[in-house]
Amino acid sequence: MLIRPKAGILDPQGEAVERALPALGFTGVENVHVGRLIELDVEEESQIESMCEKLLANPLVEDYEVELLTR
Amino acid sequence: MRRVWAPLMRFGVLRFPGSCDEVDALAAARRVGDAELIWHADSDLGGADAIVVPGGFSYGDYLRAGAIARFSPAMEAVIEFAHEGGLVLGICNGFQVLCEARLLPGALLPNANLRFTSRQVHLEVVHTDTAFTRACGAGAGGPATDRLSIPAKHSWGRYYAGEDTLAAIEDAGQVLLRYAPGENFNGSLRDIAGVRNAEGNVFGLMPHPEHAVDELLGGSSDGLKIFESMRLAVEGALA
Repeated sequence: MLIRPKAGILDPQGEAVERALPALGFTGVENVHVGRLIELDVEEESQIESMCEKLLANPLVEDYEVELLTR
Repeated sequence: MRRVWAPLMRFGVLRFPGSCDEVDALAAARRVGDAELIWHADSDLGGADAIVVPGGFSYGDYLRAGAIARFSPAMEAVIEFAHEGGLVLGICNGFQVLCEARLLPGALLPNANLRFTSRQVHLEVVHTDTAFTRACGAGAGGPATDRLSIPAKHSWGRYYAGEDTLAAIEDAGQVLLRYAPGENFNGSLRDIAGVRNAEGNVFGLMPHPEHAVDELLGGSSDGLKIFESMRLAVEGALA
């Protein structure tokens, strides 16, 4: 699951990273946002949505995307 | 004046692994009534008249502040208690837990300056006619507003709610505390420091009233007004 701050909500972490990049010579960078990645093995895919809604993300302030990889 | 034979009301103060303010909350509650700790794995609230969800870093605050504590057996019991109308106060991490449990509207996000900050803050009491603020102001018939000086210490205290929710809670009088002008160090929307639920029996705030109960420590006992308000509410309901 890829979890990121919802668009429009102040993301000070993203802003701090955005400010740090030009100092290293990386220019022309905008809209930096910092989220988090959660990896897990699950037997029953149908549980994933509910896992995200109840615990892994806070849907009030975060969006999430799920990517399924099969082993 | 309380009659000497009247039983004291009883506070239950939750303790999670990682709580750190539960002992001060217990001491503050004991200034106005009886109080006992409730371990997070216990789903029995021991007949408490009111619950305090204290500050700290419950379960390490992994994932998001308060996200995991919300599913503890004690919190499941607190959610039921709240739905039955019981008084619940959440302080700092406790406020985060109550938001995660959807007992309170909105969410707490990292401070806008990304720093842990510990300082005394001045708060404006927006409404003094509630179960959590009725001892503020000069009491019944006194001024409808008041200022409190109490400490705040957190890194996840930026109150956020969507515009529709903000408008709804303002209209319904659910915003009980605001940071006074110049005091909103964490970037909370509309300077919100404390909100209650629509029913009025659940309240959360980021600053710490339990750390301001004696003028010898920190120069203010304003925090006691929150605990005293709860006592008045419970004893009013029991009378």
